[in-house]
Amino acid sequence: MIRTAPHRKTARPLVRLCLLLMPLYTFPATAQAPADPLHSPVWETLVKRTFGDARVVFDDRVKIVVPSIVENQAQVPVTADARAIPNVVQVIVLADLNPIQHVLTLRTGKAQPYISFRMKVEQATPIRVAAMTSGGTWHVGGVYLDATGGGCSASAMARNEADWSDTVGQAQGKVWRDLDGTARVRLRVRHPMDTGLAKDNTPAFYIEKLDVRRANGEPLAGLELFEPVSEDPTVTLLMRVPASDASLLFEGRDNNGTVYKSVLPVPLHQSWMPAATEARQ
Amino acid sequence: MNCPPVGASSHKLSRRQAMSALAGSALFPWLRIGGAMAAPLSYDLKPEKLANGIWVLRGIPEAISITNGGAIANVSIIDTTAGAVIIDTGPSLRYGEALHMVAKKLTGKDVVRVYLTHFHPDHVFGNQAFDAAIIAAPQGVIDGLKQLGNSFADAMYRAAGDWMRGTELVLPQHVVTNEPEDFGNRRLRPLLLRGHSASDLVIFDELSGILFGGDLVFLDRAPTTPHADIERWRITLATLGGIPHNLLVPGHGPAEPGDRGIRQTRDWLETVEAQIKTAFEKGLDIGEATALPMPEWTAKIALSRYEYERTVMHLYPKLESSRWPRVDQKT
Repeated sequence: MIRTAPHRKTARPLVRLCLLLMPLYTFPATAQAPADPLHSPVWETLVKRTFGDARVVFDDRVKIVVPSIVENQAQVPVTADARAIPNVVQVIVLADLNPIQHVLTLRTGKAQPYISFRMKVEQATPIRVAAMTSGGTWHVGGVYLDATGGGCSASAMARNEADWSDTVGQAQGKVWRDLDGTARVRLRVRHPMDTGLAKDNTPAFYIEKLDVRRANGEPLAGLELFEPVSEDPTVTLLMRVPASDASLLFEGRDNNGTVYKSVLPVPLHQSWMPAATEARQ
Repeated sequence: MNCPPVGASSHKLSRRQAMSALAGSALFPWLRIGGAMAAPLSYDLKPEKLANGIWVLRGIPEAISITNGGAIANVSIIDTTAGAVIIDTGPSLRYGEALHMVAKKLTGKDVVRVYLTHFHPDHVFGNQAFDAAIIAAPQGVIDGLKQLGNSFADAMYRAAGDWMRGTELVLPQHVVTNEPEDFGNRRLRPLLLRGHSASDLVIFDELSGILFGGDLVFLDRAPTTPHADIERWRITLATLGGIPHNLLVPGHGPAEPGDRGIRQTRDWLETVEAQIKTAFEKGLDIGEATALPMPEWTAKIALSRYEYERTVMHLYPKLESSRWPRVDQKT
């Protein structure tokens, strides 16, 4: 099956070539899940539960960056990047063999389909990034992450500190502007992000919602976080923020109903910051 | 809970800390099933003579893996008229036993003292092959082992596999202070320092003028930073640079006269720290910082990209918590 390239008016030779090559890396399936290149034992179940009847294709344009060595299985840096696919409205991150597989969801809004964060892994597992386009198709990329076990069943580091509750909700962060005007937003919120699986019997306690808004309240992007997101969630997002905006707002809420608000100043220009794409070279 | 517990593990809680100290394995699953398991497991210890009565068993310039059995660190043997002295015991019981035999064979004497330069697993898990009463380390090393030793063992079993069989943590029973120790014809002078870890031991042999730097000094192998205080490490390197010596034995890499190891370790730390801080200040995330090119001179250093990547992961969370302004608002 060949997908129609968005915004395509005439089929130029190059475009035609691309369309011809496309079947080489997209394996569409409708009725049942496409065969998993990572041979995960739970893939079929995971697809049904996560995507229902929606169309799912494996797509190399969905990039995932994970470290070549896991230093700390409670803090594994992951970058999900679906910027090569046009019209992505939602990005989700899954870990097949985690006791809790759904890691987070990014509703893009004015943000690019890009998020960098840290997560817990309970054992070596495939990590998936699924990007849904406005047409409703899920484009899935995956990597196999080797790791020692225990990230999800370990107590939060905060649980070793008597005064951990004093720091919950403290936030730190900064916004940069890339040359093309894109705002690069990095935020850290103190929170134990308890999975509920640690043997100290601490119940699940985690930030489940993190919305980004303009100063006037207009939504820019939305995040749903789940238990596998690492303690003290630290995220990097790229989004369009009007040049006139001097700040943006984060509003988070944990599963106990506590609301956390942050205001980040947005610089007008950042001349020494190369465009996001260059910086990645 | 939105799913059944698939493959939930029974690993200990302290695993997270363990892995942060371990060079670790970047093995792919098919390699783990591969042929290395079937090979007869014996360490090929080749003593390299440095001076009269002093040998080093050179570590392999690799990350800990199921093929090298974790024998990646230098281990030294010193012959004295009072008996053999050993500096660091290697990664496993099997290694310790082989080391014990080599030391006896080279010196024709029993081992009377074992020093541990610091608490990292590639240096301490041969302890079991020796009497704990003669194993000596600064209190900081012993404390570190008490806290993380068992987790290190767990992580080593996973990274090095069957090479670790039977290996258990053995704590040193002798506390090293700044007092020199006399072993018949030799006086060994301990220097209690820190930087690579919270407690690093350097040994100076007055007779030969050889300085055993432990992992404060790396040469032609990239320094590791899981428990490093980089600023303190640089100060310590300046201290080491001021000690006249005939030969310097690094924790990893070749023994050489002069101070190339000290300078290279210092240059590495400065370069890597500056690059990571610059990336951080520009707003790059960990993945982007890891992908940055490194200066050309680092290419000839073994494991440079691997250790750079690890150091990015060690430093970034510290920078995020210490450098970013508070942005939360009262609700």
